[in-house]
Order: sequence, then structure tokens, then C-alpha cells
Amino acid sequence: MGFRKVAIVGAGITKFVRRAQETGPEMSYLASKMALDQAGLKLKDVEMVTLGTAPDAFDGVHMKGEYLLSGAGGNNKPYIRNFVGGGTGVFAPIHGWMHVASGACDVCLVVCSEKMSSCHPHPQGAFLTIFDHTTEQPLKPTLIWIFALEMRRYMETYGLTKEDIARVAVKNKNNALDHPSAQVAEAVTIEDILNSEVLAEPVHRLDISPASDGAAAVVLASEDVAKRLTDKPVWIDGVGWNLDTAYWATKDLYYPRYVEKAARMAYEMAGITEPHKEIQVAEPYDPFDYKELHHMEGLLLCERGEAARLTAEGYTARTGNLPTCPSGGALGVGNPIAATGLMKVIEIFLQLREEAGKRQVPGKPRVGVAQAWGDLMQVGTVIVLRR
Amino acid sequence: MKIENVPVKGLSSDEYEKTLKISWKPTLQYAWDNGIGIGKYLQSLKEGKILAAYCEKCGRIMLPARAFCEMCFRPTDKYLPVKDTGTVNTFAICHVNWDASRLKPDEPRYIPAVIEIDGASPGQGIMHLLGNVEPAKVRIGMKVKAVWKPADKREGSITDILFFEPY
Repeated sequence: MGFRKVAIVGAGITKFVRRAQETGPEMSYLASKMALDQAGLKLKDVEMVTLGTAPDAFDGVHMKGEYLLSGAGGNNKPYIRNFVGGGTGVFAPIHGWMHVASGACDVCLVVCSEKMSSCHPHPQGAFLTIFDHTTEQPLKPTLIWIFALEMRRYMETYGLTKEDIARVAVKNKNNALDHPSAQVAEAVTIEDILNSEVLAEPVHRLDISPASDGAAAVVLASEDVAKRLTDKPVWIDGVGWNLDTAYWATKDLYYPRYVEKAARMAYEMAGITEPHKEIQVAEPYDPFDYKELHHMEGLLLCERGEAARLTAEGYTARTGNLPTCPSGGALGVGNPIAATGLMKVIEIFLQLREEAGKRQVPGKPRVGVAQAWGDLMQVGTVIVLRR
Repeated sequence: MKIENVPVKGLSSDEYEKTLKISWKPTLQYAWDNGIGIGKYLQSLKEGKILAAYCEKCGRIMLPARAFCEMCFRPTDKYLPVKDTGTVNTFAICHVNWDASRLKPDEPRYIPAVIEIDGASPGQGIMHLLGNVEPAKVRIGMKVKAVWKPADKREGSITDILFFEPY
């Protein structure tokens, strides 16, 4: 399609924590510096920078892109912030890919940072204004409503139980025990999930990822530069993104059609025709446990309604046929919104380089997919990586 | 990559209390114009009716009412009232407020639902609340009807419908 090849050549990630002592720019600096060090580059080698960060309301900073500029290494460079809600963390490297694939530059730094803990008493309050100000906000909605509504619709459509859903949280929180950045890694059981506080039936507290602070970064390079820098480049083979209507109550809540559209766009670019056979490791977005199942289906990694059964059979465990969220996901590593998506891309990068340590999936995977999701249940962002 | 060496420090509640910080409680105020489509929708609610928009190209009867069809990308052909009854597409029983604070044990639970309204095109739902029903008895597929505020108390707001109840 006339795009230049683009590789990830370095990655950095901070610890994900409940309340960071560091500011957003400080966390961004730490992640960016680590990514540059790993790539063997200095800031002066970076031609362009793109930054992903979610709603300004978390930080209470009106121009968050500009606020995070210095930590993201963007001073006096072509720099831009991108934003598609929870989908931002996977959109940011897609945006960086545009910079390099188009030939606009050879080296682009992609940074994602989130500090949710600045919002009191709880960052959930900052989500009120995502609802329509006239037809929804007067009903005093909370974000959990829409997840509870969607989860129930999904369960009802396929006859799933809360246990079926809770298995995802169990898998991911256990996987996260091996992730050095993890905030809420824990050897939990299905009973622990189901015995946790009910927030909005059918959603329990441990079905949900935590609010987090953290940052992540990757360095993208064109083919010539990538091959000079490393003998283990990981190529961005396909990218896709798609947004569905904001009239969210009018669509099929049991199936994320927009994720499928984004996935098909990415797969077509990557030449993938049978994703369930060709994808060897996946990081679907899992801010809630049912979302991983929802997204496996949207990513065409299994038939609709089959994801829960496959999870129960161990198919998605690290040693299964299709490991999903071997990182521990948002449910285990934590969910500093934009940084989470990029953490997932970094996990696939590490898995394909066989550098994931204790989290390494067997079988020397060559192709992986990472995905994020967000806004008012309406955006899917997908990236396919290949070594 | 040496993630272990990155010195981001998570603060405990005690440490956080002792940390120097600046805080701000914003008192921003906004007034949102209703616009053309939703303006008609709200005016209609004041009159005790739910208003939809009709696009004669795709044939959709859309909720909430809107000034243009976003699929055909052309103006709405006409506005027409639909029924104030519908079917529960999905629902939740919520124990927390919008700011994540917990409801007290004796406070009624929120029962938000997506309700597909009769007379609109299939799948055209709105979010509202259910009431006058025991939470444990709510089911997907349940038929519900709007409970309106008394006519003289209506103000052209989505809350002119107090909630939907089974009928």
C-alpha cells in the first residue's frame, strides 16, 4: 500500500502504582529514557514525538499534551498529542507508525502517560462528563453502569455465568505476578472475585482493573535505521482503528463490531486471513474481565460466544494455544489508561523478541496482536506485530 | 529492559497524607444549549411524549430525536412521537454513586437500563432508570412503561420521565 516498513526498536515502562510520588512529566521521562536507552539512541536522534494520554480531567490539567511535553522529550520537535479515550494506548503507536510509514521521519518516540490519582475523591467522578450532557448526565450515571449493562447483555446472549467471566480476572491477576511493573498482581481464585464487593450487579470490584499512575514508551524506526540499531526489530505489520456511534444504547452491546472493523483493517494490511490460526499471542484490552472475552471475539480470535469456554479450557493461559494477556493485563498490571495500551504493545514486543522472562510464552511466537478500546464503548484500536 | 530499576514510587495512604501538595476544587459552570434535534426531544418530553426522528432514505425511526441522519448524512425528514413503553435490553443494579461513593444500606439502588422504545426502529434504545420494581425481579425482555412527572412539574428534561416500571 505504499507504506514504509516500521519497527519497534526500544521500549520502556514504569511501575504502575495507585498513587505515584512522581508527576506525569517525571513518569514520562523515566519511560522515555528507558526506551531510548534500550534502542541505543539519544534524544537528539529522535525526529518526532507523539504522546498519548487520556482525559485531562484526571490530572486537572487543561493542556496535558503541553504539560507532558518536556518529559516526553518533545521540546522543539514536531510533537502532537493524540487521544481516543481508552483506545489511546494502542492508537499512540499507530500514530507514531503514521509518522514513520509516511516517510515524514525515520525515528519517532511514542510516549503514553497517565496520572489518575490526582482526581479526588476518586477518578471515576471524572467520567461523568463522557455521558451526553443533556440526555444522560441528569440520570447521574457512573461509568460502571455501562460496563454492567454491557456485561449482562453479553452474559445473557451466550448463557454465561459470573464464574465464566471471573476466570479472566483470575488468569490475568496471576499472570501479573511475573510482571515487574504490576500494581495488583495476586494469586486470586474465582471465589475471591465473586466474594468481592458488588458495585453494580453483575460487576464486582475485582472484575475491574484499578485506577493507576504510570507511563510507557516505545521508539519506532524506519527499516534502514532499525536494522542498524538492532538485530531483533519487531515490525508493525498492520494497524487499524474504528469508531462506532456515540448513541451507545442503540447498538449491539453483546458484540464489539467496531473492534472487528479495526481488526480487519489491521489484518488486511498484515496479510492475515485466518487470525485464529496465525496470531500466536494476544493482548486484548481487559479493563473489565468480560472485556477480554468480548475483544477476543471482536479480534476474530475465536467464534462469537466461544471465548469463555476457551478460557475455561486453558486455551488462553500462557501455556495454551493462544496466550492472551500474558503480561497480566489491565486487571493485573494496572490501568493507567493510555499507558496500559502501550504496555500491551510492549508485552507483544517482548514476547516476539523472547525477552519476556518468566512471562515468556512457549513456541517462539512470530506474530502477535495488541488491542485497546474506549470512549463511550465505541473505539477499537488494533496493532499487529511480527518478528 | 530493566523494569525493576525504574524508581516510580507508589505512596501509601500515610505517606500520601504527609506529601506536600497543592489542591484545587474547581467551580466551573457550564450551560449546554439543547440544539435543534434534542431541543425538540426535550420540548416533547415536557408534553409527555417521547419524540423520534425519521429518515425516509434508510427508513430508521431514531432515538433520541436528532437533526440529521448520521448514516445517510442528510437532514431529518420528520419528527414523530413514539410510545412511552418499551423492552428492557439490559440492566444493572448499582450500589455506588456517580463519584464512586457507596450508597447507604437503606438507600434505594439505581437500576439503570437500556430500554428499546416501542414504535422506534428495532434496537433503538435509550438509557434510563427502572423503578417500582424489586431489583431481583428485573429481567431482560421485561416490558416497561414510562412513569412521568405530573404535567405541571415537567421542565423539558430527560428526568421528566421519573423512571420506567413494569406493566
